[in-house]
Amino acid sequence: MKPIKHKGAGQRIPLVDGIEKVTGRARYTADLFAPEAYVGRIFRSPYAHAEIIRVDVSAALALPGVIAIVTGEDCDLPYGVLPIAQNEFPLARDKVRYVGEPIAAVAAVDDTTAAQALKLIRLEVRELPNYVEPKDARAQGAVLLHANRADNLERAVHHEFGDVAAGFAAAELVREETYHCAEVSHAQMEPHAVMAEYDAERDHLTMHTVSQVPYYTHLTLARCLKMDAARIRVIKPFVGGGFGARVEVLNFEIICGLLARAARGTVRMRLSREETFLTHRGRPQSDIRVRLGMKRDGRFTACEMEMVQRGGAYGGYGIVTILYAGALLNGIYDIPAVKYDGYRVYTNTPPCGAMRGHGTVNTRHAFETLLDAMAQELGLDPIDVRRTNLLQAPTETINGLKVLSYGLPQCLDAAERASGWRERHGRLPKGRGLGIGCSHFVSGSAKPIHFTGQPHATIILKLDFDGGITILSGAPDVGQGCSTILTQAVVEVLGVDYSRVRIIANDSVITPKDNGAYSSRITFMVGNAAVNAAENLKAILVDAAARQLQVTSEQVNCMGEQYCVHGDPDRAVTFSEVVAEALKGTGTITAKGTFTCPVEFQGGKHKGAAVGSTMGFSYSATVVEVSVDEELGTIKVEKIWTAMDCGFAINPLSVEGQIHGSVWMGMGQALCEETRYENGRHIAASLLEYHVPTILDSPPIETHIVESIDPNGPFGAKEVSEGSVASVPPAIVAAVENAIGIRLTELPLTPERVLKALAARDRRQARELRAQPVHQHGVA
Amino acid sequence: MKSIVHMRVNGIAREEAVADNLLLLDYLRDVLHLTGTKQGCDGGECGACTVLVDGRPRLACLTLATRVPGSEVETIESLARNGRLSRLQQAFHEKLGTQCGYCTPGMIMAAEALLRTNATPTEQEIRAALAGNLCRCTGYAKIIESVQAACAPQTEGAQP
Repeated sequence: MKPIKHKGAGQRIPLVDGIEKVTGRARYTADLFAPEAYVGRIFRSPYAHAEIIRVDVSAALALPGVIAIVTGEDCDLPYGVLPIAQNEFPLARDKVRYVGEPIAAVAAVDDTTAAQALKLIRLEVRELPNYVEPKDARAQGAVLLHANRADNLERAVHHEFGDVAAGFAAAELVREETYHCAEVSHAQMEPHAVMAEYDAERDHLTMHTVSQVPYYTHLTLARCLKMDAARIRVIKPFVGGGFGARVEVLNFEIICGLLARAARGTVRMRLSREETFLTHRGRPQSDIRVRLGMKRDGRFTACEMEMVQRGGAYGGYGIVTILYAGALLNGIYDIPAVKYDGYRVYTNTPPCGAMRGHGTVNTRHAFETLLDAMAQELGLDPIDVRRTNLLQAPTETINGLKVLSYGLPQCLDAAERASGWRERHGRLPKGRGLGIGCSHFVSGSAKPIHFTGQPHATIILKLDFDGGITILSGAPDVGQGCSTILTQAVVEVLGVDYSRVRIIANDSVITPKDNGAYSSRITFMVGNAAVNAAENLKAILVDAAARQLQVTSEQVNCMGEQYCVHGDPDRAVTFSEVVAEALKGTGTITAKGTFTCPVEFQGGKHKGAAVGSTMGFSYSATVVEVSVDEELGTIKVEKIWTAMDCGFAINPLSVEGQIHGSVWMGMGQALCEETRYENGRHIAASLLEYHVPTILDSPPIETHIVESIDPNGPFGAKEVSEGSVASVPPAIVAAVENAIGIRLTELPLTPERVLKALAARDRRQARELRAQPVHQHGVA
Repeated sequence: MKSIVHMRVNGIAREEAVADNLLLLDYLRDVLHLTGTKQGCDGGECGACTVLVDGRPRLACLTLATRVPGSEVETIESLARNGRLSRLQQAFHEKLGTQCGYCTPGMIMAAEALLRTNATPTEQEIRAALAGNLCRCTGYAKIIESVQAACAPQTEGAQP
């Protein structure tokens, strides 16, 4: 579909819910008015790994003001986002597997009482050895976290596509390197919060929560509380960011449901920042070995990668993450042969999950960094090497991923031009450097997690006597702006004024089911459903206009606020008149639209092929300029230029904002973000210890939008919120190399790591100097 | 222990008996139901609870309600006048200085404090004034743009 650029698509409009946000009127979960609510608090494990012998809550329960207490006994069904890997209980039952794991929860009349009650809970355990590092968890004789997973290996993936041995044999340069990427956390600004109201008369449960996936929350509540799903209502109020932290049901949500039912009333929980960090689900620590074969001209011949991810204590999205990390080696460049071995390891740390750029960021970092080093060794420009290896779209990759629209060449051109690469790369003063990185990401996973046979997205439009159009959407806006994009899509198709259109989202009793805000699916999938719904509504209105104008429907021209006869604009009726006609005999009109990814886009035939499959990849190229202080070991990012192919910018303002946030998050991972554990205890569970960049650390970011007009995206659009994250860390590492001649292999690039590398370089240089033969001069 | 506290909050005189350990943040949110002021951390780390006390930015999560007697407290709810957005609010809205919106009230109040003492700040001065306010969505790029836009010659329709 070509963009029409009418009133909706392509317009730079502010967020439809922006006024609430700038006035403080936006109600987040913790802001909901509920004077009747009890306060819920969680008793968490102080042990990293232990068998639970006894949880004694009798003293706590006897404390005046305590209404209810729940423990592992109150829920005997495990949950987890992947139906094939459910091994987590909302409250630990037999074992605890990380420090901070919920064991019991208290509902009390106030916070002080709840806190006091926690202190009265007695926990008796038998401690077990705990493993923070995958190598320890995988060591022979290590105690298993989960009895059914030998070697504490959650999943091993072995994929080989093309003839890898032949590829390396044909290479003229083969290099291998290992990389370490620290675990990072979403650190969304809103700490976790939830409120559950249990109606004991009706046996109904209503939950307000910070979810990106209220539908999965709904399903999981039904499962864990053993309630009919029709008795449950899930509402997502304003949500203060997600970045993947909330793309699976989280323990506190189920706990709050259990507590509310036990308390026979309303329970609210506001988790602390520390608890929010402990709930985690961040990007796993990754140890990566990558081997790459190249021809002298930079052409790839083969790639081999081994990835070890520290998954934490439970499954979560783990299997998907380890599959993504291999699948997305493909789909960006033309590589004839790829071998991937992925290992997802259980450890006694908070469970990892999905984080912006799910699965691809550390893979891309390793690949791009080695690419850059090899280009340098061959005396080739790193941008040219990427140009040498471009895909010829449309194409299908060796692992069965379809690439239809492909704006990477234009991204490279734009980033090169904007940054002055040709004139400046390698010519900056000492201590200053430029580097480039590229990345891609899916516009929604083509195969949903749950097989239901339902469409992948559904939108309902309601049009009534007032001429107002209400979009009913299940797509969770968590700040990324999807409610705005869906509004624009509807306005674009119908051509009506924005003032007619409102959106109601995420109340399970009102809005259609939606899979949620993950894998950058909403603009593409729900956007297409919105277009479909608006077209269906438009057809009804055109028929009504035809009746009024006494012509055939084909002769009617929809002008948005009025409908006229083709070629005779004076024969027209207003939108209100058309609506009045359309409602005759039927009353309120609802129009539904759906979208489903055709099966041919859902990946190849091998095991795990669905992961990475999508209808449209976004592409990004980022150039970073840094300056490095060799005395302090500090790296300052001076400027970032990112060009991104988002297919079509339905809202260029939003596109810029998403690129800004995305590359900035990549910068944080590259420079300063890192969770840290000491004996299994998270010692960086605050915003003081877990360093996210402040405004003082944040450079100007120049964005360039590339529009490849995807054949299947709504108006040609693809995703924009995640794809560029992964381009940034390798660009920064390359820029630091360009500045000081050292290629760092561990993220984040803390001053300690930089100084250590500089000291190693100085020692190496001194050794080389000493080893040089001493020349004799002046001998007669 | 409780004390009687007198203060003006958003122009309204308040006289209340509050617990000596009650934070200004909890007083605003839980007692007055002014929930625009946010809590983003466990104390003094993120700036989401920034309010103005006698015109100066202050972290409501590190301030006891009883320690600001006689003060004029201003929160995000006070900025809009006659139902219209202030220039800063308008700019944050139009320039996408807000995405998820959670840091926004604190960010706008910190910027408000800056603009009251310095109507035409440089980019460096804006950065310095907002250095204690974390945002996880915007990379700060459009926040800086928003503050700059609010200082630019007035656009039609916006309130001073």
